Amino acid sequence: MAVDVIMPQMGESIFEGTITKWLKKPGDKVERDEPLFEISTDKVDAEIPAPAAGVLKEIKVNEGQTVPIQTVVAVIDAAGAATAAAPAKAEAPDVAAKPAAAPAPVAAKGSASTAGAKKDSAAVLAASSPAPAESEAPASAPPPSAPSSDLGSAGGNGKRIHSSPLVRRLARESNIDLSTVSGTGAGGRISKTDIQAAIAGGGAKPVQASGAPAASAAPAPASKPPAGPGAPAAQITIESAVPRERMYFGKYTVQPMSTMRQKIAEHMVASKRVSPHVYSVDEADMTNVAAARAKSKNDFETRYGTKLTFMPFFMRAAVEALRAFPTLNSSIDGTNIILHTDINLGIAVSLENGLIVPVVKNAEEKNFLGLQRSVNDLAERARSKKLKPEEVQEGTFAITNPGIYGGLMGLAVINQPNVAILGIGAIQKRVMVIDDAIAIRSMVYLTLSYDHRVVDGATAHQFIGKLKSVLEEWNEPLV
Amino acid sequence: MAQVTFLEAIRQALLEEMDRDPAVVMIGEDIGVYGGAFKVTAGLLERFGWERVIDTPISETAIIGAAVGMAYQGLRPVAEMQFIDFIACCFNQLTNFAAKSHYRWGAPVPMVVRGPSGGGVHGGPFHSQNPEMYFTHTPGLKVIYPATAYDAKGLMKSAIRDNNPVLFFEHKFLYRRIKEELPEGEYLVPIGKAAVKREGRHLTIISYAAMLHTSLEAAETLAREGIECEVIDLRTLLPLDKETILASVKKTNKLLVVHEDTRSGGIAGEIAALVCEGAFEDLDGPVVRVTSLDTPVPYSPPLEERFLPNAEKIVAAARELAKY
Repeated sequence: MAVDVIMPQMGESIFEGTITKWLKKPGDKVERDEPLFEISTDKVDAEIPAPAAGVLKEIKVNEGQTVPIQTVVAVIDAAGAATAAAPAKAEAPDVAAKPAAAPAPVAAKGSASTAGAKKDSAAVLAASSPAPAESEAPASAPPPSAPSSDLGSAGGNGKRIHSSPLVRRLARESNIDLSTVSGTGAGGRISKTDIQAAIAGGGAKPVQASGAPAASAAPAPASKPPAGPGAPAAQITIESAVPRERMYFGKYTVQPMSTMRQKIAEHMVASKRVSPHVYSVDEADMTNVAAARAKSKNDFETRYGTKLTFMPFFMRAAVEALRAFPTLNSSIDGTNIILHTDINLGIAVSLENGLIVPVVKNAEEKNFLGLQRSVNDLAERARSKKLKPEEVQEGTFAITNPGIYGGLMGLAVINQPNVAILGIGAIQKRVMVIDDAIAIRSMVYLTLSYDHRVVDGATAHQFIGKLKSVLEEWNEPLV
Repeated sequence: MAQVTFLEAIRQALLEEMDRDPAVVMIGEDIGVYGGAFKVTAGLLERFGWERVIDTPISETAIIGAAVGMAYQGLRPVAEMQFIDFIACCFNQLTNFAAKSHYRWGAPVPMVVRGPSGGGVHGGPFHSQNPEMYFTHTPGLKVIYPATAYDAKGLMKSAIRDNNPVLFFEHKFLYRRIKEELPEGEYLVPIGKAAVKREGRHLTIISYAAMLHTSLEAAETLAREGIECEVIDLRTLLPLDKETILASVKKTNKLLVVHEDTRSGGIAGEIAALVCEGAFEDLDGPVVRVTSLDTPVPYSPPLEERFLPNAEKIVAAARELAKY
């Protein structure tokens, strides 16, 4: 796994550093905290230690060069991942052999054992006895069907299950096999809430989806990766539609899901299960918006120091439309519709190997510049992994823009607990008919995915109509 | 009922106990004529006279040695360390005489040693320390470290009435910064009992002295994020109220200890061990500590800020523990 080595910030007012000497060269082995390079800054010269153990793979900044802080100056190929977030090296080829006839996997995802899986898996799998009930799942998720005598700390094939003294005691008292409980604590650990849910669910089966009125007073927390503080209200298994062994054939490598990916997977399944999705599509003539943007772009970016994109136009249109049709800015709690007064727009940001939806809070109170700044700041921090937990919570409506990667339309999955999400396609010039004449216009397809439990077609179409008219009649100055 | 500062509450306790029992005497540097460096003893000399309010030369050994001697003779001395940091000078008198006399010769030493402690006031290394652990480690002593005006008054009275040598730490940051309505009549606060200052179910924060207030501040912030913290004020460090500590850990299953004392050898380690011994199977996460760094107290303000715990550091640690 590649670990970036960055130019550190040696003091509050220091913003760049010069590499004066590399103490290792590519190909050298480094220990964690071993001095790796020397730098010189305004305030101090320092020896900088390696952030991880492994092999120095590449030096990106040479001696004598000065770069801003946080610049990646080198890359270390780290030996053996220790955390659940890092996918394990594929050990699968050793175990490509047919898995024994495995009974349908029980609730177990073994995400709790992911954390301990890495080094163990090859050795353990190589040594595992071919007990008929045991299946040889490559790398990460072995559902041990043989009840193991030690319910607490080891799974059926000897992998260590991360929990805590309290969790082990509760499991013991309720006779629950911990290897059948999925963990949502740090590093995939089985936490107190996980074991309590397992106990409440009557054994190893996890409790079903959100949407049911919560028995406890705690409001359902935002269920977006990475999870913020607070316990998840439900646990969903990632099921397969066909028996597992049918997926393993021919040549393949197995890549365990990162924690973020697991959470995305769980959320998408839950969202589709809970909300009956209906899609409405319309197109908006963006010619005026494109012209306004082209005209003001330089001025805007110079004056305000932030990029001018198309997103704040869509955000403003969304705010106006949500004001006019508040049902689309709600959440559903059993038979209650919670109409949110705040318009907190979640803006989907694509990350390497995943996605995250940071939220612009109170978009209804922001002006155009405020919207642009907020979304630029959140997107940047999302990519550099500097978002705070509260910034991915409490969204009331979401916008996703897959069109920037191409494609006419994106029919998105609703970001729970919202009831709608707006997908934006690519903005393209198309031939349109205006007043019976042919015109070339910049057009975009807008797709609204909505939850038909509370949003009916008529409202949805009126909502889109409002979006369209705000965009087509744009007359607000940007600068 | 008036609003009384932390400092004034202590002064009231001293005054009331001196009124009540003629055996109670005060001894220390500048406590009489000057009224004390922080004015805690202001007015006492005028009221009780020089035989009961004794100004001493600059010698902590002499102050404590004399106090032990007075205690042997039937008086109940309250000795002041002008800054608690100077207590190091009389370590022998306290640990080998005051702490062991009753054990060794059956001679009780009913005395109180009090003084301003703690940092956050740009006092530097010799006027900001938290030396409580040297004495919490000494059997035979009692160690009290209140956080509120109410507790300060009630515990000072209990300390003076206790027949054992009692160390009473007064966090100088709190002296004039906190005020409270105090009841009119007489009241005591028992030594050796912690107090739950905020109830919660997700996480227990144990603290004392100035950091109690910082912990409560952090608990407010955390409550807004849905993390309900139970905040416990130890009030007495020796004897430690194990029952209250264990009961809370059994309830919330997660423990964070916050103290302004330096990390290594601070009471958080002791509490972590106690919890392992008494409530291991109730822990849903490791015991976490938020403490000062293992260095002398810096004089430079930004360094002191870096050195000390604060609400932000507590909130960050609590969030991590809540997620564990």
